[in-house]
Amino acid sequence: MRWTGLAVSFAVLAAVVALSIAVGAQAIPPGEVWQQLWHPDGGETAAVVHDLRIPRTLLGVLVGAALGLSGALMQALTRNPLADPGMLGVNAGASLAVVCAILFFGITDLRIWVWFSLLGAALVTVAVHALGATGRGAANPARLVLAGAAVSASLLAAINAALTLDAGVFNQWRFWDVGALAGRDAEVVRQVAPFVAAGVVLALALGRGLNAMALGEQTGRGLGVNPGRVRLAGAAAIMLLCGAATAAAGPIGFIGLMAPHAVRALTGPDHRWILAHSALLAPALLLTADVVGRVVVRPGELQSGIVTAFVGAPVFIYLLRRRRIASL
Amino acid sequence: MSAYRIVRTPSRRVSFRIHLRASAVLLGLLGAAAAVGLLALGTGSAISVGDVVRTLAGRGDAMSAMVVYELRAPRVLLALLVGAALGTGGAVVQSLSRNPLGSPDIIGVNAGAAVGAVLMLLVVGTVTPLAVTAGALACGLGAGLLVYVLSFKRGVQGTRLVLVGIGVTAMLHSVIAYLLTRADLYESQGAKVWLVGSLAGTGWTQVGPMAAALAVLLPSALALSRSLSAMEMGDETASALGLPVERLRLALLLVAVLLSGAAVSVAGPIVFVALAAPQLSRRLTGAPGAGVATAAATGALLLAAADVAVQRLPTSGQLPVGVLTGGLGGLYLAWLLHREWRAGRS
Repeated sequence: MRWTGLAVSFAVLAAVVALSIAVGAQAIPPGEVWQQLWHPDGGETAAVVHDLRIPRTLLGVLVGAALGLSGALMQALTRNPLADPGMLGVNAGASLAVVCAILFFGITDLRIWVWFSLLGAALVTVAVHALGATGRGAANPARLVLAGAAVSASLLAAINAALTLDAGVFNQWRFWDVGALAGRDAEVVRQVAPFVAAGVVLALALGRGLNAMALGEQTGRGLGVNPGRVRLAGAAAIMLLCGAATAAAGPIGFIGLMAPHAVRALTGPDHRWILAHSALLAPALLLTADVVGRVVVRPGELQSGIVTAFVGAPVFIYLLRRRRIASL
Repeated sequence: MSAYRIVRTPSRRVSFRIHLRASAVLLGLLGAAAAVGLLALGTGSAISVGDVVRTLAGRGDAMSAMVVYELRAPRVLLALLVGAALGTGGAVVQSLSRNPLGSPDIIGVNAGAAVGAVLMLLVVGTVTPLAVTAGALACGLGAGLLVYVLSFKRGVQGTRLVLVGIGVTAMLHSVIAYLLTRADLYESQGAKVWLVGSLAGTGWTQVGPMAAALAVLLPSALALSRSLSAMEMGDETASALGLPVERLRLALLLVAVLLSGAAVSVAGPIVFVALAAPQLSRRLTGAPGAGVATAAATGALLLAAADVAVQRLPTSGQLPVGVLTGGLGGLYLAWLLHREWRAGRS
């Protein structure tokens, strides 16, 4: 029964992937797309399919899976249904690194920004954990959320100072900040894929430990789980996943918060299934938003970061109204 | 000696119980806020202190009068009023939610106000500051109402209200991001300055409505806050003491949302004053309860001081005041957490 559910989620994702390759700003008949997919003739249509649509779809799958998994991890670790992967300061760190890249090094190449934002995300995660681990107490989730809020606010102030004083930086940044899958080539996919892969493996391996810890730390210990180690591994996975997603596509909000909520309504409280379904359904949501963004304002496009909230929020509010909110 | 003193009118009809240290702190804060106000009024780039004194005595030239009465005075007053509104709203919500990170913008009012202002600035085009304020107020209250209606289903459950607020806020933020990318660069950057929170370019047209809002809402908050200390002990205890808990909570939340809505409409979403002012004033007074009056005075002092500082920083252009409150507020919170955790409190 449960494996059937997973197969359904997988089928949904596969359908959306097919849609994402078939539909675009440039109308190409599906038969022709299919033809070009397997036998590219080197023409313009082949270039659209192979150089634009396939890398963009791959990127959507990677970024969506990363956001969904990091959101599920974040909510499980903090036991807080309001937790969002950006809360530990990862997005603010990545944004500040991109602003620094533009301001101090004059870099406008997205592929170099990717490295900056990964570095920024890593540094901020370490800083937030160092602050959270002050004194004798452990770096528990409540502390980390507070530390993340304090660090994010300071970083945001620095970002805002640069943006309001320098028009050139603001002009570059405003297009990065909306969050988009467009304009990224296969190179970006290759850059972030190893980080996302490592994060996915780490996250999926944590399901059992998270289940044990959901019963309380004492019970978890009795079941042979080391809560400190699960938290550390979880934080590392969130940093890899959320950092890579933000580096590749800019800060796309809301998916990380919403996907685990929607998934919990389907699967119940078992974290192994929540993680697996989040990794499949979050990219389906992101790619759906991306496809909608390509067709609603033809011949232009709406960035997927913008459409995500407009597709996701009504579903989210409907779910909230329909049923009792699952507690963690 | 007790920490409290009872004060009665001669006829003994009316009596107050006064927390001595809290009252002293309140007077000190008000004095400091007035001093910062005078500093902001008296010093600056265009004219000398002597010119300001002559102008205030009624013997200054037209240029000095313009600077003092049309540029500096409304900005100082607005900083004090907006700061007081933010401090009060923060104190009420933190006390209601029993959460030190509680803030009135959870139900989407700030994001709605931001959409209203950005629509006015970027879509309607050249508009007066008052029109921006009106647009922000209308959209902010509209968003708050929308969140309340969407989360209403046989009563409003707290978590559902917050989650629906997050959903609606996400949609509003993507509207803002979209509008920022579509507009002309310089207009778009101007809108960004508003989004960080700034008092630059404000005038008397905004002081009047803000003062009127505060004149109604601050006394309401003070009157309602008497029951907050009972409600902090938990709903059961408060009900047992005879308080209509649900109605009081709704009234308090409404006052807090209106206060922050008014502040945001005038000055943009200035961060951290609402969060830091109640925390600071609680540490200064050591008094139990929400401490609405001291939080209001602390907020006024903080924002006025930040606005004075931001005008005197040696930057290439003038920074919006929200940058300073965010930066200092973030570092202050980090330092506070570090100190408390090192001392072994969690």
